[in-house]
Amino acid sequence: MALVLNEDEKMLREAAGGFIADKAPVKALRTLRDTNDATGFDRALWSEMAEMGFAGVLVDEDNGGVDMGVLAAGLIAEQMGRNLTASPFLSTAVLAATALGRGGSDAQKAEWLGKIASGDAVISLAVDEGRKHNPDGIETRAERSGNGFKINGAKAMVIDGHVADQIIVAAKTSGGTTLFLVDPKTAGLTTNRTDMIDARNAAKLTFENVEVTADAVIGEVDGGGELLSHVLNVGRAVVGAELVGASSKAFEDTTEYIRERKQFGTEIGRFQALQHRSSHLYTELEIARSAMLAALTAIEDGAEDAELVASMAKAKIGSVAKLASQEGVQMHGGVGMTDEYDIGLYMKRIRVAQELFGDTQYHMEKIAQAKGI
Amino acid sequence: MSDLQTFKTETRAWLEENCPAEMRTPITSDADICWGGRNYKPQSAAQKLWLERMGAKGWTTPTWPVEYGGGGLSKAEAKILAKEMARIGARSPLSSFGIWMLGPALLKFGTEAQKQEHLPPIVRGEIRWCQGYSEPSAGSDLASLATKCEDKGDHFLVNGQKVWTSYADQADWIFCLVRTDPKAKKHEGISFVLFDMDTPGVEAKPIKLISGKSPFCETFFQDVKVRKDQLVGEINKGWTIAKYLLTHEREMISGQGQEVARPISEVTAGLAGLEEGKLADPMLRAKVVEAEIDDWAFAQTIRRKLGEAKVGASLGADSSMLKYYGTELNKRRLELMMDAGGYESLEWDGDGGMARNWLRTKGNSIEGGTSEVQLNIISKHILKLPGA
Repeated sequence: MALVLNEDEKMLREAAGGFIADKAPVKALRTLRDTNDATGFDRALWSEMAEMGFAGVLVDEDNGGVDMGVLAAGLIAEQMGRNLTASPFLSTAVLAATALGRGGSDAQKAEWLGKIASGDAVISLAVDEGRKHNPDGIETRAERSGNGFKINGAKAMVIDGHVADQIIVAAKTSGGTTLFLVDPKTAGLTTNRTDMIDARNAAKLTFENVEVTADAVIGEVDGGGELLSHVLNVGRAVVGAELVGASSKAFEDTTEYIRERKQFGTEIGRFQALQHRSSHLYTELEIARSAMLAALTAIEDGAEDAELVASMAKAKIGSVAKLASQEGVQMHGGVGMTDEYDIGLYMKRIRVAQELFGDTQYHMEKIAQAKGI
Repeated sequence: MSDLQTFKTETRAWLEENCPAEMRTPITSDADICWGGRNYKPQSAAQKLWLERMGAKGWTTPTWPVEYGGGGLSKAEAKILAKEMARIGARSPLSSFGIWMLGPALLKFGTEAQKQEHLPPIVRGEIRWCQGYSEPSAGSDLASLATKCEDKGDHFLVNGQKVWTSYADQADWIFCLVRTDPKAKKHEGISFVLFDMDTPGVEAKPIKLISGKSPFCETFFQDVKVRKDQLVGEINKGWTIAKYLLTHEREMISGQGQEVARPISEVTAGLAGLEEGKLADPMLRAKVVEAEIDDWAFAQTIRRKLGEAKVGASLGADSSMLKYYGTELNKRRLELMMDAGGYESLEWDGDGGMARNWLRTKGNSIEGGTSEVQLNIISKHILKLPGA
């Protein structure tokens, strides 16, 4: 494992990069935002992405996917990050496909994996409840009720939650955590779309005596903790890749800007005050990229320390991405504060993505505990 | 069995047979490191034997060609050798600027005669080399160096002064940057020459550092006669070789901290103590975790960059990135250890001489091109910023 992309992986990255830059550039996100698009992404484009194999990247071939693995998913996410592409890739193709692919019953797989791969279903993961990522602090409860369960509680930051065809809900059961696959139209489940700074989809959900059958359980009752943990690690690594893409593009745009922008009769990129900060940031971004590849590879290889590595990567990438967005706005000067320039959009997406599935401090604590620091 | 598997089996057996038990224990002090050379006084019979055996096999320089005394191993074989040595905890038989720096330069730029003359003694640890680069007025601006080298027909005559010459007082020969054309632009009048430190007119004076140690010297040259066949590469083209070697040096320095065997968290926990399984000082704890994450991510980056270089990409200006990050990180590491160590670490010989190591790391981001110079190189060669 040398963290170097092989020819197939490079080809995938280029193909994804070309397609996404062409079909889903930053301008497309602006249009979705400015028209208050009810779906929050372009369904026709998502179908095209499914044809490209993006939607089925983590779905096995028997269920209609292309099964290219977590590293491939990361490479696609990186290109989406560069272009601030709005799509259900993370919620559906990464998180839901992983949860159902690993933990789903044959019936659940047969019903949903094909639809994920074809781009016909959007499935969301509902884990967090408060202001911060805290999978160990889930308070939503599922109690036995007849042959099934009754769910009560509330969920926050459910990506694509308002347009989901199914919701994967993490809830406490008598002896642990259990994941349920729930139809959002079930009585007692309320979905409220939240208007986020990055113009991307998220929702708050409330569960009031939501009845589900025993068939809704993904994996084992009380045994969802390990499955959830794996899903979150995949999510961390893939969001990490998106962050590396977004912050690299923000950095490239900024470097281009300081090469051209003139003040005091010369290009501001001549000033050593900016050159050294740019070189420092370049270095940090290279380090972050290595962390991203290490995490994706560790998960793909099923490495024993994959969870720790995913945390290391998310912690590092989160702080580097924030630095890239902050330096980006500052070096753009006044225009960096305008809506017209893209750098502000990158700052907002980075702020959201670094928060998803744990920010730097969350993962630092997790690492400290794992290492006994 | 594949050839590599056969090689692995044979290597394991050879090491088992030939590596003395005393050479399989961790290095605990500078005195444990073998530098070879004419003035070499073996620390033990085992150390001498280990050097002789590895030198005879060419495994002090595993990938150098056999005709120059090297091991002639492929990269894959050399990797196996390194792994097998690590497996039994074998010490490196020889540390040498000849191996790390001059050898690669001679293999690339040297004449056949120069290779024949200089490489085999490097392999066997018979000649110890030092590097004559920096001068009192040419530090970060290395290319402004002024040590004069005149063509006197049958020999060169060298006059001037070098500084920060590592171990010049113990070295046998020097590879040295000199000015051969004072009228040319500064990068275009420099040559790369080799000479014996015993030549009349050479004098090396150790410099006492803030750490109390003296690994560097001021080196003076007064009418030093240098053989004409000791010019490496073309006259006035020495800067090309210098740049090549600086890249090498940066890669080497950037990896220094990585060799520290114990993770920073372990060291700080040992010094500051744990309370309920956590580092007692919560503010320090956060900084230590941060440093461990960076340490890990940097190690991944070295792995990735070396991997990329293997499949045909050159490290190029990225060596500046590694040098910059690695040395700054190493400074941070020692700052945290000192923070954890408190009063005890402030004694000269407290905590295994940690204060000396801490002081030594301050030079990491200065030697081999300061951090600021590395950032300039990144701005110019990678980011292509105007005027950089």
